[in-house]
Amino acid sequence: MAEAGPPERHEPYLYELAWILPSIAIPTAMLVAVVIAAFGMGIHLPGIAGTVDPAQLRETPPFDNPGLSQIAPNHYQLTIVASAWQFQPNEVRIPAGAQVDIVATSRDVIHGFEIPGTNVNLMVIPGRIARTTVTFHQPGTYQFMCHEYCGVGHHLMWGRIIVEGTP
Amino acid sequence: MNGLPARYPAELGSVHRLTGAYVTVALITLALANVPSIYQALDSAGINLYATLPIFRSYYQGLTLHGVGNVLLWTTFFICGFLSFTMVYALRRPLASMRLAWATFWIMLAGLVLAVIAILANQATVLYTFYPPMRAHPAFYIGLTLVVAGTWLVLLNFIRTYRQWRASHPDEPTPLAAFGALITFVMWTIASAGVAIEMVFLLIPWSLGLVSAIDPLLARSLFWFTGHPIVYFWLLPAVISWYTMVPKIAGGRLFSETVARIAFIIFLVYSLPVGLHHQFTDPGISEWWKLVHAFFTFIVFFASLLTMFNVAATLENAGRARGARGWLNWILPLPWSEPAFVSQVLGMFLFIFGGISGLANASYNVNLIVHNTRWIVGHFHLTVGAAVTLTFMGITYWLVPYLTGRALWSRRLALVQAWSFFVGEVIFSETLHRLGLLGMPRRTQIAAAEYVMPQWQSIIGMPLVGIGGTIMFVSGILYLLNITLTLVASRTPAQVEVPLAEYAPGERRVPPVLDRWRPWVIVTITLTLVAWLPPLLMLLASLSPVRGARVW
Repeated sequence: MAEAGPPERHEPYLYELAWILPSIAIPTAMLVAVVIAAFGMGIHLPGIAGTVDPAQLRETPPFDNPGLSQIAPNHYQLTIVASAWQFQPNEVRIPAGAQVDIVATSRDVIHGFEIPGTNVNLMVIPGRIARTTVTFHQPGTYQFMCHEYCGVGHHLMWGRIIVEGTP
Repeated sequence: MNGLPARYPAELGSVHRLTGAYVTVALITLALANVPSIYQALDSAGINLYATLPIFRSYYQGLTLHGVGNVLLWTTFFICGFLSFTMVYALRRPLASMRLAWATFWIMLAGLVLAVIAILANQATVLYTFYPPMRAHPAFYIGLTLVVAGTWLVLLNFIRTYRQWRASHPDEPTPLAAFGALITFVMWTIASAGVAIEMVFLLIPWSLGLVSAIDPLLARSLFWFTGHPIVYFWLLPAVISWYTMVPKIAGGRLFSETVARIAFIIFLVYSLPVGLHHQFTDPGISEWWKLVHAFFTFIVFFASLLTMFNVAATLENAGRARGARGWLNWILPLPWSEPAFVSQVLGMFLFIFGGISGLANASYNVNLIVHNTRWIVGHFHLTVGAAVTLTFMGITYWLVPYLTGRALWSRRLALVQAWSFFVGEVIFSETLHRLGLLGMPRRTQIAAAEYVMPQWQSIIGMPLVGIGGTIMFVSGILYLLNITLTLVASRTPAQVEVPLAEYAPGERRVPPVLDRWRPWVIVTITLTLVAWLPPLLMLLASLSPVRGARVW
């Protein structure tokens, strides 16, 4: 055996492989987790949900009547119209445990719609319909806000969802 | 170090003034773009400086100057100057055409001036993403387009220079630094097609009133076609420095050139088909194509991991060459008194965490938790705001003395600057990541918002962002002060070499496929078309144009 000294590397490939294999394994494992969350647990991203003319929102259902409407037992649709710098509606009462389909669009520029503490995170783009689904299990007050810059009043654009009843 | 003297032919000096001009413009832009950063840092702590010291018309005008000035202009100008220098010194020959090079510089400067004037006049308060239908003054769009067009001319000059070199060196592998510089500009030129199409066919005609409506989602998608690869346009010059210059400063050699080239080629091929990961929460785009782009983003992360390994192994070898033993003792003998080294190594270290949080962003549905929150702000301040910025600062710590012949005004101040920027950045970004998880939105004047949640305001929340940001702001002033004093007050002659690794003829062995262009460019364009053409065609088939608005 060699006497004590700076360690020499006799197997450079082992050294490189010791790094490269985990570098492949870790992202692969994360990707598998993401796919399981999407298709096994149903945590989806917003997708294609149609177009709408922002100049005709007052005449186009459902955006002619923003707010909460019941579409089936324990199943509601929340229609949101975003414009500079307010949401319509800006206060909603929803029963706990109900499925809520959120349908949103913009009257003018790009806005955002985010409810902290949930998976609701949407870009609200004029001309496009944004759609997602959420169930509020815990009663309480949730707030939502615009999270995309939409002009000098952007930070004034927010609202509340009051989840009522027992979970 | 390697027995080869770094003697360079005198005609290389023609690039010095060019690089000096680019770096000067970059530094002035950096100074201007970071005036608002103290306003923003204090805003995050709940202090509204905009009313007290009203030099901006709004928070958002300042934020536009900060974003456009830092990520679009400071980076681009620095990169064009630094990589022109790198090409010339790595190939040991002047640029093919200095006339073209100077014409390029003036076109880009004209573009910069147009865009900055539009912002300062409050005619372009649209942030650096300039999403329509928010409509800025045409000068803003035309100016930025000129800057992009200039970068294509830089590539043209690089290609001509490379061809001349190749004609006289038919059997030699391209020097790694020149290979990296070419990869950077080839990748960027393909990538910038998206924003160029957005500018020329959508934004400019619409801002001039030639057409009345614009499709916001199509424009946004073309923006992100370019908008993700642009981060590699910022990062790759830093990586070139880590691979080819930091080893020399540290007293060692790059661990593996083959691994470095594989990383560069992955960065070329996979920088492009990933942009939809910025649009995971957008309506109007299919979930399947979002998943494809998420998948490719994971591959480009692999290239970052290869880089981390290669650079760490290089530093370890350098430390051992200085006599270190044991598992971690090699860190101590590294040149911790050399500002050009310290600044870049601290940048590399922060890049690890920026890469990790970026992987969370790219993770498809995990993005629902972080999209457009302060998490994202924390993420890109670690990548472009730390890894890239600290590296570029570190480069100027040797480059400015080299170009001017004047020693750095104060090396001690430079060390204080690098460490304080690092500490400020850690406090700032770590806190922003946590605030993002609590749902605090980004690009929002939070000190004036009514909906601030109590958990954001805790002592380890918003106040820490203000403290970290203020430390970075002060560190930035120290940096600019040191460089300015080097230019005007330093009387000591500089004793710096260009820290490019030197190799004896025939010493480098490079697998030939890793020194070819055509196959990799074809793969890149093919993969880009596969990933982008279907979603873009689907958007073209469902166009929904809307009118513009001025909302500031």
